[in-house]
Formats: sequence, structure tokens, C-alpha cells
Amino acid sequence: MAGNIKIRAKTSNGVTTVKSLMSHEMETGLRKDKATGEPIPAHFIQEVTAKWKDQVVMTAFWSGGVSKNPYLSFKFNGGEKGETVEITWVDNQGQSETGTAEIS
Amino acid sequence: MIDAKRRTLLKGSLGVSAIGVAVTAGLLTPGTLLANWPKAAFAATDTDAALKDLLGSASTENSDQVKIKAPDIAENGAVVPVTVESDVTGAKSIAIIASGNGTPLIASFDLGADAVPFVSTRIKMAKTADVVAVVQTESGLLSAAKPVKVTIGGCGG
Repeated sequence: MAGNIKIRAKTSNGVTTVKSLMSHEMETGLRKDKATGEPIPAHFIQEVTAKWKDQVVMTAFWSGGVSKNPYLSFKFNGGEKGETVEITWVDNQGQSETGTAEIS
Repeated sequence: MIDAKRRTLLKGSLGVSAIGVAVTAGLLTPGTLLANWPKAAFAATDTDAALKDLLGSASTENSDQVKIKAPDIAENGAVVPVTVESDVTGAKSIAIIASGNGTPLIASFDLGADAVPFVSTRIKMAKTADVVAVVQTESGLLSAAKPVKVTIGGCGG
């Protein structure tokens, strides 16, 4: 069901920019199955935690209003080549994924 | 389901180049994290109610220190790229709102100590409306709005 998280982290002039792409349906719960007419259950990422060297740099709270296969980019002051950035998401059905990348 | 097969195929082909995948371990349990999810704010059907629930107030001040980048016309309302940045000092969080959606609050980003007030993501817009960004600072809420025309609504309705 859940895919992996693709992360690119680059540092320049003391600021690290992280771009990430997560695989997730981000189902709002508003759509109906065309064949049966039954509502498709909501299934979306609710929380995303971004860490740099075990320090939380950003926490995101999402609704089903974030697009499918969410793209997320953020920046923080600091970061050196080789240090680790980690992104974890948890969805409304209790599923979770974590991805890491080295800053380049 | 078609989606399941497609996803398996994609996952297989991406597997080799995956940067890092790990199922989350002990420290973060879904229960702990989701306790902080602002349920009422996300369920609110108007912007003021959402802001009151999320930030304690709907009293925002329009500011050119909050910059929103979003397309003038979104061809696909299901995927509207939005970037918000602010040069205000002491920004604590950024909220993104799609005024025309049934539940306007889309996302809220809590900024850690070293975070730069910058977020970029893609959102669903039900129809032509303002995308509103609200930046929470110690002294109050700053906001900006950008009208986005939507040709095909993106909430699956």
C-alpha cells in the first residue's frame, strides 16, 4: 500500500533545502466507488515529521486536501554534507513510513 | 485493483534506486503522533472556524511579508502547487487554506527552531478560490491570499 519516500537534501550558503516525494493515495473519503456507489474510505497522511541529526526541524499536519503522492519541500538553517535528514509519515489508518537521505 | 498492481510495479522498479526505506521503529508510535492532529480544525467548514481551532484566533493581518506562489490558473484542481515563504522573524507555523473547499484547512506546518519559514507542497482545490497562507508569529497572525482559477475541480466530486 505504502511506497517509499524519495528525498533530496542540498545545502548551500548555510541553508539546507529538502525536497521529498511520498507515495500515498491521500484519499479524502469524499469519493464514491463508481461501480458500487459506496464511499471510498478516507486514507491520507496525517502527520509528517522531518528531522535533521535527530532534531525535529518541521512537523506537518495534513488533511486529505493534500494532493495524492504528496510533494513536500522545506528548508532549515544549518546542515553539512553527509548529515542525515529523515522524514516519517503516519496516516489515518495507523500506517507509517520513514525515509532518510544524506545532505549533499 | 488497478492501483495496487501499478503501485507494485512502480515500487519494484524504484526499489533499486530507493534512497532509504524503513518501516518506522519503536520511537514513533501512531498513537502518540496522531494525538496532536488538529481534528476540529480540519473538520471546520469555514476558514475562520478552522483558524480559531488551529491557532486560537481568526484575527489575521494581511502582510506582504507572507508570500504565496501558486498558479493563476490550475489546470488540474487535484494537484495545485503552492509555495509559502515569509521573511518575518520568529515564525512558528504556516497554515495553508483553500477557501473554496468544503473543509478549507489543508495543512499546517510547525516550524522547528532551525526551520526557515518556507514550505512547498501540492494541494487539492475544489473550485476557483483564494489560497490563503497564515503565518503564526509571537505577535500575531500574518496572512496573504492568492486567487487561483480552477478549471477542473480536484476533490473527486
